[in-house]
Amino acid sequence: MSNEQNTIRTPRRMPGGPRMKGNPGEKPKDFKSAITRLVKELKEQRKLIIISIILAILGAILSILAPNRLSDLTDEISKGLVVNQENLANLSTQIMNSFNEGMAKINTNGTMQEFNPQNVDMPEEMINSIFNEIEIDGNVITQQEQYEFIKSMSDLMQSGDVNQLYSKIDEMPQSIQNVIKPKMNIDIIKNISLFLIILYITSSIFNYIQAICMTNVANRFAQQLRTRISIKINKLPLRYFDKHQSGDTLSRVTNDVDTIAQSMNQSLSSLVINITLLLGSIIMMFYTNWIMAITAMGASLIGFSGMFLILKNSQKYFIARQYELGNLNAHIEEIYSGLNVVKVYNGINQSNEKFDEYNKKVCQANKKSQFLSGIMHPLMGFIGNFGYVAVCIVGALLTMNDVISFGVIVAFITYVRLFTNPLSQIAQNMTLLQSTAAASERIFEFIDEKEMQEESKITKELKKEDVKGKIKFENVVFQYDNNDHPTIKNFTATALPGQKVAIVGPTGAGKTTIVNLLMKFYELTSGDIKIDGVSIKDLTRENIHSLFTMVLQDTWLFEGTVRENIVYNREDISDEQVKEVCKEVGLHHFIKTLPHTYDSKISENDSVSAGQRQLLTIARGMLEDSPFLILDEATSNVDTRTEELVQKAMDKLTEGKTSFIIAHRLSTIKNADLILVVKDGNIIEQGNHDELMQKNGSYAELYNSQFEI
Amino acid sequence: MIKLFKNLGKRECVFIIIAFALIVTQVWLELKMPDYMSQITQLVQTEGSQMSEILKNGAYMLSCAFGSLIAAVITGYIISTVSANFSMNVRKKIFNKVENLSMDEIKGFSTSSLITRTTNDVTQLEMVIGMGLQVLVKAPITAIWAVTKILNKNWQWSAITGAAVVILLSVVAAIFVIVTPKFKIVQKLIDKINGVTRENLTGIRVVRAFNAEQYQEEKFEEVNTKLTNQQIYNQKKFAIMQPTMYIVMHTLTLGIYFLGAFLINEAHMTDKITLFGDMIVFSSYSMQVIMSFLMLAMIFMMLPRAQVSAGRINEVLDCEISIKDGKLRKNKTKEVGTVEFKNVSFKYPDADEYLLKNISFKANKGETVAFIGSTGSGKSTLINLVPRFYDATEGEVLVDGVNVKEYAQEFLYNKLGYIPQKAVLFNGTVSSNVSYGENGKEKITAKKIREAIEVAQGKEFVENMENTYDAHIAQGGTNVSGGQKQRLAIARAIARNPEIYIFDDSFSALDYKTDAILRKELKKYTKDATNLIVAQRIGTIMNADKIIVLDDGECVGIGTHKELLKNCEVYKQIALSQLSEEELENE
Repeated sequence: MSNEQNTIRTPRRMPGGPRMKGNPGEKPKDFKSAITRLVKELKEQRKLIIISIILAILGAILSILAPNRLSDLTDEISKGLVVNQENLANLSTQIMNSFNEGMAKINTNGTMQEFNPQNVDMPEEMINSIFNEIEIDGNVITQQEQYEFIKSMSDLMQSGDVNQLYSKIDEMPQSIQNVIKPKMNIDIIKNISLFLIILYITSSIFNYIQAICMTNVANRFAQQLRTRISIKINKLPLRYFDKHQSGDTLSRVTNDVDTIAQSMNQSLSSLVINITLLLGSIIMMFYTNWIMAITAMGASLIGFSGMFLILKNSQKYFIARQYELGNLNAHIEEIYSGLNVVKVYNGINQSNEKFDEYNKKVCQANKKSQFLSGIMHPLMGFIGNFGYVAVCIVGALLTMNDVISFGVIVAFITYVRLFTNPLSQIAQNMTLLQSTAAASERIFEFIDEKEMQEESKITKELKKEDVKGKIKFENVVFQYDNNDHPTIKNFTATALPGQKVAIVGPTGAGKTTIVNLLMKFYELTSGDIKIDGVSIKDLTRENIHSLFTMVLQDTWLFEGTVRENIVYNREDISDEQVKEVCKEVGLHHFIKTLPHTYDSKISENDSVSAGQRQLLTIARGMLEDSPFLILDEATSNVDTRTEELVQKAMDKLTEGKTSFIIAHRLSTIKNADLILVVKDGNIIEQGNHDELMQKNGSYAELYNSQFEI
Repeated sequence: MIKLFKNLGKRECVFIIIAFALIVTQVWLELKMPDYMSQITQLVQTEGSQMSEILKNGAYMLSCAFGSLIAAVITGYIISTVSANFSMNVRKKIFNKVENLSMDEIKGFSTSSLITRTTNDVTQLEMVIGMGLQVLVKAPITAIWAVTKILNKNWQWSAITGAAVVILLSVVAAIFVIVTPKFKIVQKLIDKINGVTRENLTGIRVVRAFNAEQYQEEKFEEVNTKLTNQQIYNQKKFAIMQPTMYIVMHTLTLGIYFLGAFLINEAHMTDKITLFGDMIVFSSYSMQVIMSFLMLAMIFMMLPRAQVSAGRINEVLDCEISIKDGKLRKNKTKEVGTVEFKNVSFKYPDADEYLLKNISFKANKGETVAFIGSTGSGKSTLINLVPRFYDATEGEVLVDGVNVKEYAQEFLYNKLGYIPQKAVLFNGTVSSNVSYGENGKEKITAKKIREAIEVAQGKEFVENMENTYDAHIAQGGTNVSGGQKQRLAIARAIARNPEIYIFDDSFSALDYKTDAILRKELKKYTKDATNLIVAQRIGTIMNADKIIVLDDGECVGIGTHKELLKNCEVYKQIALSQLSEEELENE
């Protein structure tokens, strides 16, 4: 086993907040098959996913349409900037014509030789005689007004400046202004605006419904995965848990499932939306104007290729950061948990040196990775601006050559955004997807783990009431899959009904393995174990378990009340029975002193001592009235005085039952009917205490060593 | 959090000032851009504009963009340097502080909490500084600057921008207020789902033996459903955010255009084009305003979490160290290898009850003194007073005739060989573990390491390991068995050549035989050393020169095995629970 597997995984999720970026250190072994598997597992959610994908696409299409309409709006508004040339020309010719005609008339009459409207004011009767009232677009323009027009226009003849024209127009009489001043079509503007609002709202609604669909999909999927893992835990052979730390399985239930739920929620819909936006914006750009489209895309792509180059190079710094941080954390963990030793051995200098070294490395890696991730955002901003300028310049060029209207530029300004945003989003999503793939790989690896043997074909059943209590081990051999030699070799022994059988021997001799075989936690490699003559191979695990009561070394209690812990999963147990049992093991008095007596909560670190915990588990065992009993080092956590108390309870428990006792302390088993001395998977001696002491073999040696110095 | 910023060095402060200036430059350049934008739009709009004018303005705008990019890159460099250095310094400070904490204080924090404080909490702060600092400075500047730029342009436009900001912020705030408390529930449910799973995993044999698989699965499913429903509830609320942002931002642009249309329509001919340009500029400034307000809102969501982390870090840094280091670095008396307790009493600083009451005894050079008593009688506490894991509340603990408080800790520790209850091994090799630390004397040689391991009865298994003495030891010694760990830990003490050995129940994982041989060999190897032994087994201590029997923190008997059997009831009980009457008499 490599030593990475040995160390506890540090939680990968920073507490709180959805992760914006995938953890770069987390890479799947096989991205493609992991994703394929994920998609396959999502079958049940398929309907909702398809709905949300369709909604996402619709929403995205709508938001692509928007800039186009916005450009129409801008076009409409900019129509209101330019003078009504047609009317202006029309007006000018009409006025000039009548003026020229009138002047010609006056000149022939000889009233005035020359008239310069700039210098002299024309008398009113003269104006009336020269001009005729004209009507354009329903606006009547009086003679006086025509005269004023001609007066201000004659100024302009010389300069030809647009701005001056505009300021002159502002001074002109209302009726003329009405005719020549630019007019925008307010109705069209209103219509477009209304259309856009509806568009925005519909698109948002689509997005919202889509998001809710995905939330449901992701979370229900996560729930399903968790359930599957939870069920799987109880289907796996015990061997799996000997090999894997519980922290590892736990982190699959929480961290990995969480990663999948979160990233699926974020990345799947956003990936669909962004790809749609990207494709849509490309289509729309080309549809609107191909030169501008190439300009916009070219400008952004130049920027992005630079960014991807940086991104690709930065990957190694992110990995380095994760790696160095792991080293540092491991060191901190090590020193903190062994601080007493570090202190007393004056190891502080040594530890500081190491710490500084790691800390510095983390700092270096941090600098680089943070810098690189920090400049991503400004870089993208620059790319956006670059695209903007490029679009404006090319756009201006085209506008001036009357290839496109100004509105197109406005539209393209949005298209540049619509094009660059999805690109960077897709890049981000890809890293998210990578961590999703890595997480799902770990989950499915667990779910696909080989289960215990199928038992549905077994029909035999041993009833509790009918069992007499004989157990026979016949040439039992057991070998772990990856071991080259068997742990249990040719183990043969018989326990008669009602006997107390003790198994002793040094650590690693295989004592617990024998029990695990008996309980069918492990499958026999060869040989057989028979309960009342029936092979355990012909019985279901459930059946076998119901025949045994087991009290283990680790006093396993869960968070819950005292009563819940004693009753556990059995349903037909009265409060009286619980009290009875507690009295028998001498717990009743202690429980009475607890604040809520039998309903007091038991949590991991409270006042219930190790001895009391042990008694509680024994009480739990006593309620299970089964013909066989296994005590696996049930008293090793208890100090010797408490042990006496426990011993009494245990003796009660063993009454009339065939029992197997594994113990370190030989005093516990001296009165056993049969003592099996196990070494290296073999029984090297068997007999009762006195017989074995007389033999003066291993047992005697083991026993006497208690009293040596 | 402000307090922690004092950890920034001078260089960092200068860096921050530069970064600040650069951020202002950035904002200035970024806000300048819309001006050029409007220039460009106007030029494009007006007939007869020169292409060169457009190019000129385009070039200006691009140089602004480029300038701001450069400023941002430099700021990014500075900020990443500052935040990385900051976290490095803070981490080091916490680490050094924790190394000096007494066991009592460590217990108060709990080791796992101290680990997260040193790692996770610091990373949390680093992230806030890395991302937040820039935004925190930039967003308000941008917002205010952009506001002043557009404020005098047109009140109608300003009004709808203001309205948009208010709507957005109130939506964000509402979601924040509704969902934050729910996050705590989620956290609790996650803890619970962890708890139920751990329960199933740690008790897997019990679960199976009781046929309780379904019971566990139902329990799990209940929490699972609750968790999922709560998550969906939260995320549904959060899902409102994006569409709202989308609608508000786009409607704002639309609103500005729509209003603009009317304004332009009404305006004088001369103002129309300017108004049009303004409109375009305004819409881009208003986006800047909204974005910076949103950024600020996000940061304010992040801040509380950082605040919590900062608080947790400060708790450690501010923790007063109760164990003060002494100054004595040489022997004051001629005594060597003696340990004496004079009327020592001990209680935890904030506890009412004494754990040890009025203990007095003396261990002379070469003697073995053993401590026995039931769980909770105070054996380990007593022995922990010698290496000053705790200080005696009353009375004196003397080593070589000098109160342990007077010694410089390093000097005191050079006299001691301490083996804890739970053997501690470090990531490294067998040799590096045995030669761990400094003993103020010569460096521990390879020969010494071998000897020590042999005495500790570890020779056989070490030489069977791959690479023998250079065999790899995983962190926490997970790749060797409990008994092997203990033997290596004992070898480590032996290699130090101490005057005084302290065994805190260090033989518990050894079988009786190994235990007996080890102690025999050790006695031979270290004739002059004093031994203090805490043990559960009578066998381990039977032959000690002095046995001290503790009951409920009080010394109820001192003497040899034989003496105590006669006159100490507690000792007799303990002995009888392990050995039969006749066996005791045989001795």
